Amino acid sequence: MTSGDLTELTIKEATHLLRLGSISASDLVTAHVERIEQLDARVKAYLRMTQEVWERQAEEADRKLRDGDAPPLAGIPIAIKDVLCVKGVETTAGSQILRGFKPPYTATAVQRLFDAGAVMLGVTNCDEFAMGSSTENSSYFPTRNPHDLLRVPGGSSGGSAAAVAAGEAMISLGTDTGGSIRQPAALCGVVGMKPTYGRVSRYGLIAFASSLDQIGPFARSVDDAALVLSLMSGLDPLDATSSQRPGMEVLNNYGAGVKGMRLGVPREYYDVEGIEPGVKAAIDAALLILRREGAEIVDVSLPHTDYGLAAYYIIAPAECSSNLARFDGVKYGLSEEDSPNVTELYTQTRRKGFGTEVRRRVMLGTYALSSGYYDAYYLKAQKVRTLIKRDFDAAFEKCDAIVSATSPTVAFPIGTKTQDPLSMYLCDVLTLGGNLAGLPGISVPCGTSDGLPVGLQVLGPQWGENVCLRVARAYEEASEIRAEVATPSPLQGRGSG
Amino acid sequence: MPLTRDQVRHVATLARLGLEPGDEEFYADQLSGILGHIDRLQRLDTEDIPPTAQVVEVASRLRDDEPRPCLTQAEALANAPAAVDGFFRVPAIQEEA
Repeated sequence: MTSGDLTELTIKEATHLLRLGSISASDLVTAHVERIEQLDARVKAYLRMTQEVWERQAEEADRKLRDGDAPPLAGIPIAIKDVLCVKGVETTAGSQILRGFKPPYTATAVQRLFDAGAVMLGVTNCDEFAMGSSTENSSYFPTRNPHDLLRVPGGSSGGSAAAVAAGEAMISLGTDTGGSIRQPAALCGVVGMKPTYGRVSRYGLIAFASSLDQIGPFARSVDDAALVLSLMSGLDPLDATSSQRPGMEVLNNYGAGVKGMRLGVPREYYDVEGIEPGVKAAIDAALLILRREGAEIVDVSLPHTDYGLAAYYIIAPAECSSNLARFDGVKYGLSEEDSPNVTELYTQTRRKGFGTEVRRRVMLGTYALSSGYYDAYYLKAQKVRTLIKRDFDAAFEKCDAIVSATSPTVAFPIGTKTQDPLSMYLCDVLTLGGNLAGLPGISVPCGTSDGLPVGLQVLGPQWGENVCLRVARAYEEASEIRAEVATPSPLQGRGSG
Repeated sequence: MPLTRDQVRHVATLARLGLEPGDEEFYADQLSGILGHIDRLQRLDTEDIPPTAQVVEVASRLRDDEPRPCLTQAEALANAPAAVDGFFRVPAIQEEA
């Protein structure tokens, strides 16, 4: 078997070979590292490689495989978004302000996957503090879409999505505050899932907007995403918002198919402003397949959709302006320590350390929370959040799950939205409602438009991950559309990477 | 409603952001555009609607008040840009009398 084959496997396939003994965890890691060395100068999915970690973890996985007591992810290569703390591994949230920060502990979600035997390859690129929809806001460099290097991979978890799409990792972790897992999954042609708020512990996640953030997996099959999610879910005493529900319930009945299910198509999502005809055509084709499999497609309405973006861009910046107050040059990261007084220490550190989008959102949030504007903006947005949640509650009385496009557009060319923040924010118009209402959602590949991947989003009611997975899996199986590994050729004139 | 340059300066001071030359105009312009979109919220009558801060019902949980291992002083200070005698070092808060 060639190393190319090893980087195209799913967990299920790899685990089978590992347990047969026909490959080792070290073989699997080596194949991925070689692929990264060959491709990542073009894709730029990774910020840092973690050789010490993968050597230790692969060796341990191989020992357990030999001893016959291998945990479920033994030897599976994983990439971790640069917002999730891993003890001793530089973690910077894509920002200059955290340069050099080596966390003294590991995020619970990551630790659970390590305990399950996963082998960490490296840290993936993202928009600074997960604020963005294209990974162009990374303070290091933009990541490129493996299907077209001149286009963005989506964001903010663009590095994690691109790594899985390019065969540079078998699975990866991202975070989703307004669509940051689902949208890059759609644009890169892989599976990405955001769980119900509270399903996965946020301990060790560098916070952006604490009432919206969730950690979730990227994978090349629904089964893989389901397995990874089940292993990292469940109560964590270190996150008071983590649920006591058993993590394994996300798998309940998820292979049962869609026969007899009612799938709601919100007309406001179906005809959302700016949706590309090719995306719509791919969604229509997906709906046809789901109907053929026995699902009933029902018309539902989310009447406050037009207000979602506005409410989100008060609530998320307000929370971020508070969360990011901790970056002050005192405890970690960048510090203008020669400042004459404390105020200057804070101000100069933050001036140098934060990029444009972070500054924009901190200002917006500070403004929305400031004296005289709180009622008009923050309180108002929280009330509209109630209306948006009620929209979903009413819709789920008429259907079991909601289906739509994940993103109104396919991957767009690098640089086309960076000058107009509002146009970038509109990338998340179909995903951020799920965050405001705390719902689980998955994006699964559903064909292409002009050769670029389109994603089908399935939203479920709170704690209905199994419902999302069930629809996504039935669709994946019936459509025979798989997340295929992309091998980008070098850009003309740039030489081979 | 549009944001003025004075408001940008005020907000940047509150958030200790430190503006560069030209930033006031740049952010006043961009934030005004975003707030222009956000102003649509005012069209909705939300008089009787309760605010939502947290969407999932999670009851407050308290753990038993028992000593447990935690970071050592050295670990807690390992990332400190400047530390002295087991403390984070910052510039003097008060002038010497």
